[in-house]
Amino acid sequence: MAATVPWERLRTAGAKLTTPLHPDDYLRLLNPLWSERELRGRVEEVRPETEDAATLVIRPGWGWRYDHRPGQYVGIGVQVDGRFQWRSYSVSSPPRRSGRSISITVRAMPEGKLSSHLVNGLAPGTIVRLARPEGDFVLPEPPPAKMLFLVGGSGVTPVMAMLRTMDRRSQKSGRAMPDVLMHYSSPTPERMIFREELDRLEEKHDGLTVHRLHTDTEGMLDLADLDHICPDWRERETWACGPGPMLDAITEHFEAAGLEDRLHLERFSLQLGGEGGEGGTITFRTSGRTIDADGATTVLEAGEEAGVGMPYGCRMGICHTCTLTLVSGTVRDLRNGEEYDQPNEQVQTCVTAAVGDCTLDI
Amino acid sequence: MAIADVKEYTHLTEEEVDQLGRELDAIRAEIEESRCDQDAAYINRLITVQRGLAAAGRVTLMAGLHSRRTRKPAWLAGAAMLGAAKILENMEIGHNVMHGQWDWMNDPEIHSSNWEWDTAQPAEQWKHSHNYIHHQFTNVLGHDNDIGYGVLRMAREQRWHPVYLGQPVFNALLAGLFQWGVALHDLDLEAIRKGKKDPVEMKRQLRQIARKGRNQVLKDYVVYPALSGKQWKSTLKANATANLARNLWSYMIIFCGHFPDGALHFTEEELEDETRAEWYLRQMLGSANFDGGRFLHIMSGSLGFQIEHHLFPDLPSNRYPEIAVKVRALCEKYDIPYTTGPLHRQYGQALRTIMKLSLPNHMTSSDQPEPPSPSIDRGRRTDAERPSRRTETGGYFRKRASA
Repeated sequence: MAATVPWERLRTAGAKLTTPLHPDDYLRLLNPLWSERELRGRVEEVRPETEDAATLVIRPGWGWRYDHRPGQYVGIGVQVDGRFQWRSYSVSSPPRRSGRSISITVRAMPEGKLSSHLVNGLAPGTIVRLARPEGDFVLPEPPPAKMLFLVGGSGVTPVMAMLRTMDRRSQKSGRAMPDVLMHYSSPTPERMIFREELDRLEEKHDGLTVHRLHTDTEGMLDLADLDHICPDWRERETWACGPGPMLDAITEHFEAAGLEDRLHLERFSLQLGGEGGEGGTITFRTSGRTIDADGATTVLEAGEEAGVGMPYGCRMGICHTCTLTLVSGTVRDLRNGEEYDQPNEQVQTCVTAAVGDCTLDI
Repeated sequence: MAIADVKEYTHLTEEEVDQLGRELDAIRAEIEESRCDQDAAYINRLITVQRGLAAAGRVTLMAGLHSRRTRKPAWLAGAAMLGAAKILENMEIGHNVMHGQWDWMNDPEIHSSNWEWDTAQPAEQWKHSHNYIHHQFTNVLGHDNDIGYGVLRMAREQRWHPVYLGQPVFNALLAGLFQWGVALHDLDLEAIRKGKKDPVEMKRQLRQIARKGRNQVLKDYVVYPALSGKQWKSTLKANATANLARNLWSYMIIFCGHFPDGALHFTEEELEDETRAEWYLRQMLGSANFDGGRFLHIMSGSLGFQIEHHLFPDLPSNRYPEIAVKVRALCEKYDIPYTTGPLHRQYGQALRTIMKLSLPNHMTSSDQPEPPSPSIDRGRRTDAERPSRRTETGGYFRKRASA
């Protein structure tokens, strides 16, 4: 910390020379990573994992803290046809303060323009934007003694970060890895991301057992078989990550057993669980547009409807690209019902809806 | 009276006006769909060049003034680079970014919601006074404060007052201090004069201007001169020169936008029942272009394409040249005037208007060109047939209410 204080002071003093810009706005012309204005990183390597998946090794620029918890995801913004497109991917590398890079593993989706671009079209050296790590699908501190991972397809990536973290710790401390049972479904052996590394880890740690299920030939996992695959699943903390239907089935199964407290899920789609807003007239001050929006319509959607050039990224409350200044009025976060009503408060338009009339600065 | 009764296009039927609107909408849609990485590369390259120029100018001044041998060329080069950087930043970059021309890139670093420019006016106030007031109510007397910026009489419809005899002097002051004139613009001097301004809002705006202005003044007139040590005076002069050059240049370009002969003014009544297509028409008739090469257009923030800019204020400026070809063809097709000419002539006409209108109307003659073709009867009443309406604005100088 001691070293960063004079540095910060220097940058603040430098702003007197560059006002209304920040020194970073000039420094990034020398090195694209020398800016804290927006988190960014340089793609160092694109490593193919399977036919349609690749690991991107990214070196983050200034302002990155390397403090993600194993299992969290980051937003990544890539300019495609001149426009920044944002998606979120789990970090697959373990957190390491001395680290110089992070890795994310991406599977190219048939419909996913951006995921295909990331897997096939991204050259090393490309500068991408990053968003801070987020998510509660994380390895607890300390890890529980007995764990179960239920993984499908590219859902393996957050779990991989957890396994790598436990592997590294056991190596450092010399203690054995906790008792981990992992059930990994994948259409074919070839499409199984990290299969060689998993083989190695399984061999190295007595505590780790990996069940591989190739669904093209063996069919989907029937949860009734769970008693057979993992007789003590009721006693384990469980983490599940994979396609939506798989997670729905797992949730149902755990609820039926009254064990939903033991289950941790990761879904890459927005769950708007909170109360809706009440709706109202939203005014977009500088563009001079107004629109009546109901309580279920996000400010972002309302703005787009009104023809305002709204900034947005992930559209699920992660990347903060959509953040705007709320001049007056109140908006409610649709995820948790939290209300924002301070004048000039920064609000995320993609997850908030109007509570009465409000005005935004755009 | 609606805008459609303005004689420059009374020869168009309502269907033709609607058709013109649709054709302009189609141009917009085409550009919006074809925005691509080349456009993004344009603005990014421009920002790189501009920041490079600014940094090079500052460094040249700091390093080059100390030796007697390099002093003069360093001063000239430094001031020139700094002036060019300020012009680029204010015009082709700042003005256009704040219009939202680059919002489609979804890049928070080049976005209208948070861009702050290198001039005394806070971006927030600019976006209100310019993007909203000026672009919505373009050239409507009593609404668009850009007509004379609250200090000059730029339209014959504005009532004359002996104060306007000083117009040549006000004009010179406005040109030299343009940055500060713009800084005060959103305060709306006319509203203050009439006592219509909300004092709380005025205080807030003044505080905002003071904060921004202080940082700007500190940077150019205190911090950089101080860093130049013994040569502080030279640096201060170079910075002042760069600011002055930017002021004069941007003043001239901006006065070429709506004041050359041929650019019309409108009255409040003409705004009534205005359709989208009629709004387009008002923008075309109220604006004037000037001719020039690519370099001139970039240095003037693409405002040489004022007509295209007013039709599509939020389309990327590097696309205006191709839009202009299409708009010009439409003007020919519909027989609507398309005002343009060389820069010196356009500014000359604006200057002549400033001089002429310092005198009462009866002492001068109008320079507005005749409309291009005879009107057709559209079944609307003429001015003579309708009740009298206000023909002048600027009544605030009057002591008594008399026509």
